[in-house]
Amino acid sequence: MALDSKIPAGSLEEKWTRFRSTVKLVSPANKRKLDVLVIGTGLAGASAAASLAELGYRVSAFTFHDSPRRAHSIAAQGGINAAKNYRNDGDSTYRLFYDTIKGGDYRAREANVYRLAEVSGNIIDQCVAQGVPFAREYGGLLDNRSFGGVQVERTFYARGQTGQQLLIGAYQALERQVGLGNVQMYTRHEMLDVVIRNGRAVGIIVRDLITGEIQRHAGHAVVLATGGYGNVFFLSTNAMGCNVTAIWKAHKKGAFFGNPCFTQIHPTCLPQHGDYQSKLTLMSESLRNDGRVWVPKAKGDKRRPEEIPDAERDYYLERKYPSFGNLVPRDIASRAAKEVCDEGRGVGTTGLAVYLDFADAIKRLGQKVVEARYGNLFEMYEKITGDNPYQTPMMIYPAVHYTMGGLWVDYNLSTTVPGLYAIGECNFSDHGANRLGASALMQGLADGYFILPYTIGEYLSGEILAGKNDAKWSEFDEAENAVKSKIERLFSIKGKHSVDHFHRQLGKVMWDDCGMARSKDSLSRAAVEIRKIRDAFWNDVRITGAPNELNPELEKALRVADFFELGELMVQDAMHREESCGGHFRLEHQTPDGEALRHDDQFMYVAAYEYKGDNQQEAMHKEDLKYEVVKPSQRSYK
Amino acid sequence: MNLTLKVWRQKNSSAKGTFETYQLDNVDVHASFLEMFDVLNEKLINEGKEPVAFDHDCREGICGTCSMVINGRAHGPLQNTTTCQLHMRHFKDGDTIVVEPWRSKAFPVLKDLVVDRGAFDRIIAAGGFVSVNTGQAPDANTIPVKKEKAELAFDAAACIGCGACVAACKNSSAMLFVSAKVSHLALLPQGNAERYSRVLNMVAQMDKEGFGSCTNTNACEAECPKGISVTNIARLNREYLAASLAAQKK
Ligand SMILES: Cc1cc2nc3c(=O)[nH]c(=O)nc-3n(C[C@H](O)[C@H](O)[C@H](O)COP(=O)(O)OP(=O)(O)OC[C@H]3O[C@@H](n4cnc5c(N)ncnc54)[C@H](O)[C@@H]3O)c2cc1C
Ligand code: SF4
Ligand code: FES
Repeated sequence: MALDSKIPAGSLEEKWTRFRSTVKLVSPANKRKLDVLVIGTGLAGASAAASLAELGYRVSAFTFHDSPRRAHSIAAQGGINAAKNYRNDGDSTYRLFYDTIKGGDYRAREANVYRLAEVSGNIIDQCVAQGVPFAREYGGLLDNRSFGGVQVERTFYARGQTGQQLLIGAYQALERQVGLGNVQMYTRHEMLDVVIRNGRAVGIIVRDLITGEIQRHAGHAVVLATGGYGNVFFLSTNAMGCNVTAIWKAHKKGAFFGNPCFTQIHPTCLPQHGDYQSKLTLMSESLRNDGRVWVPKAKGDKRRPEEIPDAERDYYLERKYPSFGNLVPRDIASRAAKEVCDEGRGVGTTGLAVYLDFADAIKRLGQKVVEARYGNLFEMYEKITGDNPYQTPMMIYPAVHYTMGGLWVDYNLSTTVPGLYAIGECNFSDHGANRLGASALMQGLADGYFILPYTIGEYLSGEILAGKNDAKWSEFDEAENAVKSKIERLFSIKGKHSVDHFHRQLGKVMWDDCGMARSKDSLSRAAVEIRKIRDAFWNDVRITGAPNELNPELEKALRVADFFELGELMVQDAMHREESCGGHFRLEHQTPDGEALRHDDQFMYVAAYEYKGDNQQEAMHKEDLKYEVVKPSQRSYK
Repeated sequence: MNLTLKVWRQKNSSAKGTFETYQLDNVDVHASFLEMFDVLNEKLINEGKEPVAFDHDCREGICGTCSMVINGRAHGPLQNTTTCQLHMRHFKDGDTIVVEPWRSKAFPVLKDLVVDRGAFDRIIAAGGFVSVNTGQAPDANTIPVKKEKAELAFDAAACIGCGACVAACKNSSAMLFVSAKVSHLALLPQGNAERYSRVLNMVAQMDKEGFGSCTNTNACEAECPKGISVTNIARLNREYLAASLAAQKK
């Protein structure tokens, strides 16, 4: 099957306008007859469900959380980008577009990214109108700050809780539609399969997490907004429930999976401290605006940070990247931290940490200003570690944070299965091989508020005559039976170990061998190891309790089972991509001074994988990336 | 450290619950309270017993999912701290810790420590929003908002919807939660048009859900992990009065 990205004709600036003026419309009377199922109610899903309902579609929305307000989007701290140029510092749609393409190391689609930059300003307008309390200046206008990887100030923020405030805005818009009866909301419901009939998505199978009941829901289109899959690494900054199940099931039913190995490792997280650890905590990257990153110049220097004089400190980001300094993009900052720790210059008890120091900022700005900017982050740091960052530098280390990979989608955000859409972090996204800070919130809300509600009309206009989809169709029987038998199989194993036991092992392999630095050797090892752990899981996992009740162990088991399969695909993809780009670093492909070395002549494409059946190697399809406006160059932040 | 845990176990919403006692040894002082529960659950599973069901997700104090009453206090002994942000260094070797779910008629227990807080969503659906459809918004800088006002609105908007205020209140009142949302939107010009209908509808839904009335004990503020102030309740009362009077005039 050839991949058609359906990019509209015309110049970059014209494409989206042209698309909107020519896309097929659905009349209000017909919208009322069309059912859209939205899975996931984070920023992307909640904004889409609310907007679709406002337009008049009949929407059902599903989340495994007890409320849409709990989605992982809530945890985003730093901010959201928009090309408003309120700062008058030379920002523009083009510049945001350019920064995103460059930041993504030239592995994203120009047309999509340009559109994203185009609608970015509308997002801020919409959110402010909803009552999102963005930071303001004394004159009452909106404040901005800068973020890693760019030289303008275009990031809007709401203290260190931007994601929370944006999600609450979208949640309130969604609940308004629930109250009006336009959205049927299903909380504590987990999607376990998508139903396909004649090649089109016609519904889903979900499990009611309280009663364990397996239900069928039919609809004219299915929109997946189920977030990222960073938890395949067990330890990540993602919330505990983040998973790949919905998109993995869609993948197995025919949706291609784009760039699965593109993972973002965030440079500023709290280092790991014990085996019982359940997750890693992100410290917002905005801290790098004022904090300085350093390690001792000497190996194994065990002095306390205050005792190390300036001359014996290596501010390695400032040294290596004088023009961007502490604000280099995430992939570069993460790798640089790994490098100094590998050299034996890491700090803390494990040697796997670097300092993030605010002493100079406090001297320059005063503690008051630093507190106003980062107070809640400092407080959080102290709560977790027991150390006071006003007095002693923070210790940080990189951790898995975001997945640029996801379901392949065309310009309409449609997967390769007609009627099946993917928005937000769960699609393979506009971020190429590396996402810039504050751009995920922008993308999730762009997809949900301003893009999908238009593009889905193209498909739904063709469904008006198709009539109502019927949950009694045999395809629903098959999908439901498959889900039930998988659950039965898990209970029948009656093994010795908990789900976490296996998940932790999987995570370790993924981190060690398919993490910040990858090589042919490490990936070959990972392929073997994952298969071993996966087999052990299916022979020896113990699921307590029963299927027909609230059962968190069963929920975890169903998610982890999919992580194994995904892990194998990530390794296959990382192995095939014989280059380094963005977050994907192959040891075999680096410049003499250790920077990522792309091979544009061979790899300037999106790798989109087609599922070929259990235990089969997946088939790779290429979407060639054509750069008509930006000229790819080696990224330099020096 | 070694601990004795007395944990509420309840099979489902119709079953009768009881406390079970567990001994847990060698708990790391740097572990979080929920990581301590992970260790307990792993142990229970290894013994072939059913782990304790509890709600959690972000483990960063922001999603509002975690919800345990620890030694009689919602979210435990520390101020301004959710259960997931509480660390074992605040307990002592040999401690006995009693853990229960939120208790309120409006938050039925679903299993063990998991409760149903759907009532909060329904209160928001009744009026906790600004009615602005996607695409209708004017440029964001059209309406300046005084910094102090915006900050005050933010203080209220910081509510994470966890329900500790209800759990802490002897009357199971939801006033702190509702007042936080009413304040957030009433303080901003964007929320002005629906100011009166919002407060009336939200309070009506709150009453319908079976939350108790507020008798100003301030227990809610003391246990709120986000420091939501009871001055918001005073503001809600003023808004409600003004809205009721306006409704009578019509
Ligand atoms: C700690 C942290 C900080 C961040 N900070 C920033 C930042 O400052 N700026 C920025 O731009 N980005 C940031 N990000 C990234 C950004 O928050 C996410 O990429 C984004 O919020 C994802 O939104 P989403 O709507 O796609 O998914 P999510 O918010 O993850 O929502 C997923 C939804 O899907 C549901 N779901 C999942 N699977 C199923 C299933 N099988 N059945 C039913 N429901 C399901 C969930 O219940 C949830 O409602 C941060 C991320 C982290 C981890
Ligand atoms: S007011 Fe405080 S205690 Fe009540 S729900 Fe909000 S954050 Fe929780
Ligand atoms: S788990 Fe999210 S607030 Fe505690």
